[in-house]
Amino acid sequence: MAGTFFKRAKGDSSFKRLLINLILIVACAAALYPVLRVITVSLRPSGSVFSMDLSLIPPDATLASYQSILFDPKVGFWTWIGNSLMVSVITAMVALILAAPAAYAFSRFKFAGKQPGLIFLLVTQFFPATMLLLPLYMMLIQLSLINNFWGLILCYMSIALPFSIWILKGYFDTIPNDLEEAAYIDGTTPLGAFFRVILPLSTPALSITALFSFMTAWSEFIIARVVLQKQALFTWPLGTVTLQGAYYTNWGPFSAAAVLISIPVVILFLLTSKYLVSGLTLGAVKG
Amino acid sequence: MNIAATAIPKEVKQSQRYRDPRPFSVRFREHMRRNRLAYLLLIPAFVVICATVIYPFIYAFNLATTDTNMYNINSPTKQPQFVGVGNFVEIFSNPEFYTVLGRTILWTAVNVICHVAFGLWLAVLLNRNLKMRGLYRTLLVLPWAIPQLIVAMMWKNEFNTQYGSINLILQSIGLPAIPWLTDPFWAFVAVCITNIWLGIPFMMVIILGGLQSISPEYYEAAQIDGATAWQQFRNITVPFLRPVLTPAIILGTVWTFNNLNIIYLITKGGPNNGTQILVTYVYRAAFDFYRYGYAAAFSVVIFLILLIFCLFYIRATRGAQEV
Repeated sequence: MAGTFFKRAKGDSSFKRLLINLILIVACAAALYPVLRVITVSLRPSGSVFSMDLSLIPPDATLASYQSILFDPKVGFWTWIGNSLMVSVITAMVALILAAPAAYAFSRFKFAGKQPGLIFLLVTQFFPATMLLLPLYMMLIQLSLINNFWGLILCYMSIALPFSIWILKGYFDTIPNDLEEAAYIDGTTPLGAFFRVILPLSTPALSITALFSFMTAWSEFIIARVVLQKQALFTWPLGTVTLQGAYYTNWGPFSAAAVLISIPVVILFLLTSKYLVSGLTLGAVKG
Repeated sequence: MNIAATAIPKEVKQSQRYRDPRPFSVRFREHMRRNRLAYLLLIPAFVVICATVIYPFIYAFNLATTDTNMYNINSPTKQPQFVGVGNFVEIFSNPEFYTVLGRTILWTAVNVICHVAFGLWLAVLLNRNLKMRGLYRTLLVLPWAIPQLIVAMMWKNEFNTQYGSINLILQSIGLPAIPWLTDPFWAFVAVCITNIWLGIPFMMVIILGGLQSISPEYYEAAQIDGATAWQQFRNITVPFLRPVLTPAIILGTVWTFNNLNIIYLITKGGPNNGTQILVTYVYRAAFDFYRYGYAAAFSVVIFLILLIFCLFYIRATRGAQEV
């Protein structure tokens, strides 16, 4: 279908095509430029971080900032990455394990409170960050879970779980019922059908949902700042911000850390953004 | 068709439609038998949602009626006092609330309009047979892929009056340097630029998906009838995009309205509170000034504003669709 649509574009005059390409190149440059600047700053030697130079690769480029981030034990980069990985992986896994069965119930059953439940899941998206963070913060104080990864994971669960249920429900809705009915005829129970028919079919949706929860937790700063106050527990967003504070806008190491952290996330994101978007709209449109 | 529907005998389905004459206990038992699996599947998620969403949600309303702050929350001598609607009275009688509310609406409107306009423009340009289409799309999605914290810090660096590349470029073409982060007006422009840059890819990708689902036959038919490009856009593209755009705009509005990261990380609401929006204001009240009761009341107000907006928006777009 897309192919035939493109044929229409062949009617564009060559001037129009040139203009379109020009506009897109300018837009790409605008999208890319700040990113390139971070790489530039990360390559500067520490003496010339406050440089007025605009060239993209500084003439005196060095990897010193990367070296100090990666190997200087005072910086603690690997601790931050380890902490972030632990929090994000647990958040993503727990959210997925809890969300998948609930999403299946929302997709296939007509239980009491189904419609209000779905609307409530949607309404959680309207909460300003402080709406839940403030009470959660007080709960964590009382449970002495401040400065504790489980406390942070609990906070992230309040974001990741409703969203995961919503996305997975939208996906399960697209799987035809016939498949389960065939499984019933073969003597499977509804629970068996869920585990042996639906879950294996949903592997892409499940991994996208997990990835989404992972990325939410991975880059989160505002909640982590409130829950984790001990340096040793810092996740990378907290760590990189102190990096800036401690050396007073020492942009070299900060930029190096930013580049190192962004590369894997950006690659993951670019590979999966298509599926993520279809998941988002699926959930929203079907609602 | 779903499991529940197939499992119900026909007479039960009919009796449901006409109100079941059997006693409640019988109906309840049958409902439980039919939906036992659903409830079992829901229990784990429900427990966690109760603990992390529903209980805090109710607690927030409760907290909003007290004067809880840093000094009386865990103090052996002082207890938080019940103040009723006192916090709400304080919020609504503070003229600053209206300034910040106005700025929040401006911030949301500017951002969402720019996101949709640029997103639509780029999506329409991309939705054709271009040699470098894949490359363009990848590069244009980049701002969305980078963690927001890094985006904010990156732009903060670029807005530096002396060393930031934006001022350096402005000066190199003979324009005066702009006091980006020290003047309230320019600081607001700066955070808007950052957030617009950040939000375009989401809209672009969503709209591109919507455009690709429109069958080209509509355009062919319109061209045969002699419709201009604008007429085609107005009467084919826009109506077909609506089911995709409505949820995207609602989500975009809510996210922008509640976007704490960018402003907090670039300006912390300053200078002189000139870039404060509702969420940054309340976050600072809670975690920089430790006024918990007041901040909870403020959060409730923000939540209600958003909820009312979304209800109106959904009704308005539904109405437009029916016409």
